[in-house]
Amino acid sequence: MTTPHALPSGTALTFALVGNPNCGKTTVFNCLTGMRQKVGNYPGVTVEKKVGQFFSLHGKPMQLVDLPGAYSLTPRSPDEEITRDVLLGARADTRRPDRVVCVVDASNLERNLFLVTQILDLGLPTIVALNMTDVAEDKGLTVDAEALSLELGVPVVSCRAHQKAGITELRQAMGREILPAAVRKWKLPDMLESALLRVQSCLVNQHEIDPSVSFVKALDLLGSPSDQRAGTCARCESFLKTADDQLAKEERSPHEAIVSARYDYAQGVCERVVRSGPGGRQDLSDRLDAVFTHPVWGWVAFLFTMGLMFFSIFTVATYPMDWVDKSFGSLADWVRAVMPPGDLRGLLADGVIAGVGGVLVFLPQILILFFFIGLLEDTGYMARAAFIMDRVMSRVGLHGKSFIPLLSSYACAIPGIMATRTIENPKDRLVTILVAPLMSCSARLPVYTLMIAALLPNETVPALQKAGLMMALYAVGTVGAFFFAGLFKKTLMRGETPVFIMELPPYRLPSLGAVVMQMLNRSKLFVRRAGTVILGLSILLWFMTAYPKSGSDSSTVQLEQSIAGKLGKIIEPVVKPLGFDWKIGIGLIGSFAAREVFVSTMSIVYNVEDDSDVTVPLRDNMLKEKWPDGSPVYTPLVCVSLLLFYVIALQCMATIAVVRRETNSWKWPLFQLGYLTGTAYLASLIVFQTGKFLGF
Amino acid sequence: MSGTMRLSELQAGSEAKIQGFAPGFKEAGRLREMGLLPGTKIQLIRWAPLGDPLEIKVRGYHLSLRKQEADSVEVVVSSP
Repeated sequence: MTTPHALPSGTALTFALVGNPNCGKTTVFNCLTGMRQKVGNYPGVTVEKKVGQFFSLHGKPMQLVDLPGAYSLTPRSPDEEITRDVLLGARADTRRPDRVVCVVDASNLERNLFLVTQILDLGLPTIVALNMTDVAEDKGLTVDAEALSLELGVPVVSCRAHQKAGITELRQAMGREILPAAVRKWKLPDMLESALLRVQSCLVNQHEIDPSVSFVKALDLLGSPSDQRAGTCARCESFLKTADDQLAKEERSPHEAIVSARYDYAQGVCERVVRSGPGGRQDLSDRLDAVFTHPVWGWVAFLFTMGLMFFSIFTVATYPMDWVDKSFGSLADWVRAVMPPGDLRGLLADGVIAGVGGVLVFLPQILILFFFIGLLEDTGYMARAAFIMDRVMSRVGLHGKSFIPLLSSYACAIPGIMATRTIENPKDRLVTILVAPLMSCSARLPVYTLMIAALLPNETVPALQKAGLMMALYAVGTVGAFFFAGLFKKTLMRGETPVFIMELPPYRLPSLGAVVMQMLNRSKLFVRRAGTVILGLSILLWFMTAYPKSGSDSSTVQLEQSIAGKLGKIIEPVVKPLGFDWKIGIGLIGSFAAREVFVSTMSIVYNVEDDSDVTVPLRDNMLKEKWPDGSPVYTPLVCVSLLLFYVIALQCMATIAVVRRETNSWKWPLFQLGYLTGTAYLASLIVFQTGKFLGF
Repeated sequence: MSGTMRLSELQAGSEAKIQGFAPGFKEAGRLREMGLLPGTKIQLIRWAPLGDPLEIKVRGYHLSLRKQEADSVEVVVSSP
């Protein structure tokens, strides 16, 4: 074991970065490590693991582990459990850090010091990064860093990570050869304090607990109810009993006594190191809040912000998306032109290039959405949006923060599901992920347009009627999402009381650098993790339509003869009760690449020339289609049944890949595929069979 | 006006001191760690436009919680 006091030679020194949520910890992490970051997951949980490399001012390599933001080391969420376990060296997959950098928000020092007291208890060499001193000054608060350092007994570095100020000084402090181990300064009331120290020495001497974690263990014992204490002996118990009796006399819980002692200390420190003058911009923050949470103006601002964001994802993103689409289309054409016909050409042009294009086409939406989310979080508005929407979302047991992911899912479920990362509670997050694909995404639009055209073929049908039908489809999906969210909260997640205890941080100007960095990181993650799965499945789908070879030049014949075509025939008995024939079956299978592929698949099935606007000729061919007995396939009832199926079913492998990545298991994406497609099947079945019975 | 009330019964703008939590309240631990301790001064800033959740100011920062949780927080209203 290396001593924690001096730099071990050869190995990179590992720092843990800890702090409250909203203290600017991520900005400090980005400032220190730049793009040299690796983002992964802690095994077995969905908590993100971020590790970055950087160098000390003397060029020594150092490693920084960004631990999840925590208000306390008492684990109340998987995030906080990870933070605590890593700091105690209790995780097999992550080495105990050599040193700790604790980021504190200078504008909110008292509550941040609560966590600091817990960090210092660990006895690791610690540096406090006193961040957001500018926000504090706006509030009229000046924090004396030198005095704070004397109080806490550890180095304190003042910084404004948003402006990259103080980062060099922080690196300098981190690179010091000698950094003393932290010493606890706060004390419990005498009786409890002496009981605590006795328990600690008993743990070290009798139970051979590592002295470096013995204090935290002893405090844990003292803080837990007497019937939940494990690993104690009669000696420990007798000390604990003295403490329990004392607390019983005062009618206090041990937890309250410990937390109070920490806060009393923090309050005392604040009184000595914080000087307050007249507040300046803090009043501005309060005034802004009066507008943004106002019963009228609050909604105006909210609708405007959400409208702008939705508009950007829905329409602005289509330009770069078309561009990606066309570029990859031309690239595929070029490959077809220069390569001799054959399997390799087919694999490259229709499998690989189409697959890579299919991954990259999501990027514009993901970039735009994460740019907005970054802005909303960085300015502090995200918490306000959750604050005003929580009432609506809580009706079905969701969190105020579920709103933005669900709204984004109208454009595309992929960025929507990735946006659920802003929801801290894992259960709320999971439910949001599970229902997000029910929000009708833009890939469904071409299918809706085609089927509405088939349903209302008469050119004289007023546009309003078509628009109304379209809106009804969106409504069915939305109502379905809320219904299932409520259902899952009552069944799958039963026993979990949904809570909403959320800090409303002061408003501030966003840092464009930090927003862009987060946007790029998210996008990189999508391409690397989900992209590989999407590419693999694209190649598989290509294979299914290209083999076995029919030998015919007609793509219609080839598709019929292929595995996909045969699968269409195999599933015909399954989809026939919904009113679908095997050709529609092929379309359903093709839709797994992306729902809009239904249109191009059906064009091949019905032998429609690939044209810029296939809707009208394709619709005409579809309406001519007959069952073997001569009755038309596309009756209005079949169109409705098919539309309903597309509203509900999960026919998107990219979504499956992203859910796999976000939940870190195959269990949830498969469950989602099952429940959505199962519901879609049932709904279409009921509608079609009832309709047929009624004579439609 | 003074006396023990629930946090959820406060009017926007009124100030109070935390007295304690209802027995068996599951979020008591979390709220204590966020600084809501017996004797801590709080101010109810506002209710959300739809009537829930509410926003309080405590130890210099702003915190929001639902009425459901605020029902279990006992406060003493300081006399004006």
